[in-house]
Amino acid sequence: MDSEALEQAQTKAPDHSAQKAAQPKPAPAKAAAPAAKTEAKRTDSFLYGIPQLGTTHVDRQVPISEPPPLAANPDLKYVGKPTPRYDGALKVTGSGKYTADIHLPGMLYAHMAGATIPHGKILSIDTTAAEKLPGVKAVHVIQHVLGVAELRDPAKEIPSRYPIVRYYGQPIAAVAATSQQAANDAVALIKVKYDAFPFVVERHAARAVDAPLVYPGPADEAGTAGGGGGPADVPQVGNVHGPARKTVGSVEKGFAEADVVVEAEYFTQVQTHSALETHGVVADWKPEELTVYASTQGTASVRDEFASYFKLPKTKVRVITEYMGGGFGAKFGAGNEGVVAAELSRKAKAPVRLMLDRRQEHIVCNRPDSHQHLKIGAKHDGTLTAMQLTSYGTAGVGTGAGTAGPVTNMYKCPNLLTEEYDVFINAGPGAAFRAPGHPQGCFALEQSIDDVAEKLGMDPLEFRGKIDESPARKVERQLILEKTNWRNRHAAGTDPGPLKRGMGISQSVWYRFVNLNSSCEVRISKDGSVELMSAVQDIGGGIKTVLAQCVAEEFGIPPQSVVIRVGDTRYPIGPDSGGSITTGSISPAARNAAHQAKMQLLAAIAPSLGVSADQLVVADGRVSVASDPSRSWTLRQAAAKMPTDEISARATRVPDYTRDRITYGGVDYVEVAVDTETGRVHVEKVFGAHDCGRPMNPLGVISQINGGILQGISYALFEQRIMDAGKGYMMNANLENYKIIGAKEIPEIEVVLIENYIAQSSTDAAGIGESAGIIALAAAVANAFYNATGVRMRRIPMTPANVLDALGKSGKEMHA
Amino acid sequence: MSDTEKRTVTRRGFLKAAGATAASTVVESAQAITRDLRDATSQTPVHGPGAVPITLYINGSPHTISVEPRTTLAEALRDNLAMTGTKVVCDRGSCSASTVWLDKIPTLSCMTLAIDVGSRKITTIEGIGTPEHLHPLQAAFVKHDALQCGFCTPGMVMSCVALLEQNPNPNLNDVKHAVSGNLCRCGTYPKIFAATLEVAQTQKSLAQPLSSTNGKGVIHG
Repeated sequence: MDSEALEQAQTKAPDHSAQKAAQPKPAPAKAAAPAAKTEAKRTDSFLYGIPQLGTTHVDRQVPISEPPPLAANPDLKYVGKPTPRYDGALKVTGSGKYTADIHLPGMLYAHMAGATIPHGKILSIDTTAAEKLPGVKAVHVIQHVLGVAELRDPAKEIPSRYPIVRYYGQPIAAVAATSQQAANDAVALIKVKYDAFPFVVERHAARAVDAPLVYPGPADEAGTAGGGGGPADVPQVGNVHGPARKTVGSVEKGFAEADVVVEAEYFTQVQTHSALETHGVVADWKPEELTVYASTQGTASVRDEFASYFKLPKTKVRVITEYMGGGFGAKFGAGNEGVVAAELSRKAKAPVRLMLDRRQEHIVCNRPDSHQHLKIGAKHDGTLTAMQLTSYGTAGVGTGAGTAGPVTNMYKCPNLLTEEYDVFINAGPGAAFRAPGHPQGCFALEQSIDDVAEKLGMDPLEFRGKIDESPARKVERQLILEKTNWRNRHAAGTDPGPLKRGMGISQSVWYRFVNLNSSCEVRISKDGSVELMSAVQDIGGGIKTVLAQCVAEEFGIPPQSVVIRVGDTRYPIGPDSGGSITTGSISPAARNAAHQAKMQLLAAIAPSLGVSADQLVVADGRVSVASDPSRSWTLRQAAAKMPTDEISARATRVPDYTRDRITYGGVDYVEVAVDTETGRVHVEKVFGAHDCGRPMNPLGVISQINGGILQGISYALFEQRIMDAGKGYMMNANLENYKIIGAKEIPEIEVVLIENYIAQSSTDAAGIGESAGIIALAAAVANAFYNATGVRMRRIPMTPANVLDALGKSGKEMHA
Repeated sequence: MSDTEKRTVTRRGFLKAAGATAASTVVESAQAITRDLRDATSQTPVHGPGAVPITLYINGSPHTISVEPRTTLAEALRDNLAMTGTKVVCDRGSCSASTVWLDKIPTLSCMTLAIDVGSRKITTIEGIGTPEHLHPLQAAFVKHDALQCGFCTPGMVMSCVALLEQNPNPNLNDVKHAVSGNLCRCGTYPKIFAATLEVAQTQKSLAQPLSSTNGKGVIHG
């Protein structure tokens, strides 16, 4: 494992500074350092390892405020047990209120006008007719566009009264009116005159020396809490930004030592996030406070960007996200729509709801495409000698198309060179999207690793066993051998007949990120009821349920009996949900707060029971005297003895117990059927073995893995943004021509989740969002395609046209 | 529920622009044309472009509201009646998030004009069950975790309950077909299939019609 590269990856994803207008937050580790230094420590013995390989115990120095180490999942009552979603009943009945459902008294509806050219200067914006339309209450013209790259030297910007248009659909203005229809009508009345510039919307064309320049000078974009963004300290020539270069050893030397070398080019497409709830907010600007209901993955990120943009103290910005309809990495910060809604609310003196429409949602964010050149050298004994990756990708008017994560972090290889380039085009900005860069990188790496295995005459699983040091993936590969049909696979391309079946595998890698901005408050009321509060948001991953389990475990009460209040910045701060950070960051704070509240309760009631607090134990929802079990009270009876009406404890995430670098991953196995006459690929079966530290709620984790697998298949087979090269707009910005996997394409899926105790926090939990299958699936499908047909599919999506082309059966080929 | 039946009530592109009188020109099936003309001429006087009063029969209760003729049923439910369980995702009939029932037929409320509903009985997600009294299908969704972000879930529930109403003994392909128009981005399909099949199995063993065990008892028709 390359530690330097991993270090970079670790600092990249949790970095909040992403929001362009926002002040960078202090690095989490620094923020908590003083407390960590001053607090006394004790030594505890923690469970460590993977049950299939045999667990052991390790000693850790932990702050004395930490609760005792948690037992293995089988020995716990609620943590680690499949637990129905805390808010499931509210979601299945449509009762949960999403941002799009918020309706405040006097609320106005807003809509944004977008540019109708892909590149140019706005000469004039006439909003007169829009303003006169009945029902219109406010119009706002945008002065600064967020979420795009910024010129390193602002003086190089083309002089213009309005922001230069750099992509079709770029927000220009917005209208708030008494109905959505009136707002939409008014937007249609806004007249914009442009001086149109030449443009380029295709990556390969944008690399040409004479291509139209998207930016008049070097430009950079920072990442978000979900990752993405690109390096700022790299050269830029024309539209080509980079390379970001990483070197380990000498690849020249490594390739010279190699017995076999494989070299190939890979192409992946632009994928849009397509969350079902679009980006949007309800903004309620009042002199005393700005309240924002936001469809976001980070209540804190939204608050911070609003505070920064409007120069408000953070204490006067309240962000609420109780229910959220999917983000997948694209929803952090205020966004153009958020800022505009707040401006409209301030002008109209009324709350304003602004949800993007589906067309706008396709343009606001995407996973960058890639063109990768990967060269791998290995020796006959199966050791890697060198890996070299050059990648070009476009994040439109943003950056963040790098793909080197898997090549850098999956396998041990002494010589490595990666060069990542971003290519600017006149298209909507890329954004972090579930494991940024990794599905692209794995698509290349895991096919080339299979190529090397074939050249070495090794089984792909066996070869990975030689080059992969991850104990978790070792167990996962063994599970593939035990639980799938892998041992019976035929040689590549030997399935007779036009419908060919094959099997393939791919591995994935992701990283342990922890955000110390993770706090919970747990309250016990005198009636024995228990509640938890945190600003953390549940974006569908099910963190509410995990928080309830943490509290439930401490008190021995059912998770559903704990009241969980999240998604409001009035509660203690929560982490932004990006990079699989949420569960590993916030669950220890929940457990610690519950533990501390419990200890306070015992201390408070012990005198009235005539015992000392350390003689009391809490289990199964009862407080008992340890030495005399006949003296036992329900939690309600015990709480009634509290001298005050409420006991409350607040805990903040302490740093991981050690500074070990930890990765997560999975190994996914797929069976495909390829119709070599129609070019249709059907995934028939998927078996996934995955790890995420201590699984907190296996039911929810497996749901996320199902989702990652299905998004991965959708990426491999169907999804593709299609730009009109002549007009510069996205041609399929809808959900009928932008094809997403549907019910009839769902394969049989089996998931096995392994426990991996790492002794790093009071829950030892980690997230699963990134390593849930999205990283590995396209490569696994491609490897299965090769096994089925004997032909390498180095381009996705594997649409019938692309498949027939690869099989040499397209019209183009036949006529050639 | 066949795809054809869904299509007969999906026709907004034209409707938004032209209002109800010309509604028949782009409707695909003769059956739908007949019904639309009947609705448009005998039940819904031509008004507009200003707001007109209409009465919608939703989950057993009449609701009189004032809407512009171009207002979709989804907009009327969500914005005029604050019944926000019905979701709008694509707003053009591609994703089935806005599925409600009209006379028990699953229908895309984003593609149906409110003024065209007429006297047909509307069932929305709010009429299937409540958090305190879940429909068995909803309880099975929770048990199997057949939801993540939850935004597609109301539409999925409407499609799956309709399937069970029409076919108490569905197989996996029947369930896939029933939700073939419903998009889910979180990838909840495998558990939706499992939950729906489990309810069907349970209902079969109980040997009683689904509607009689329905949480709120509000299957209309």
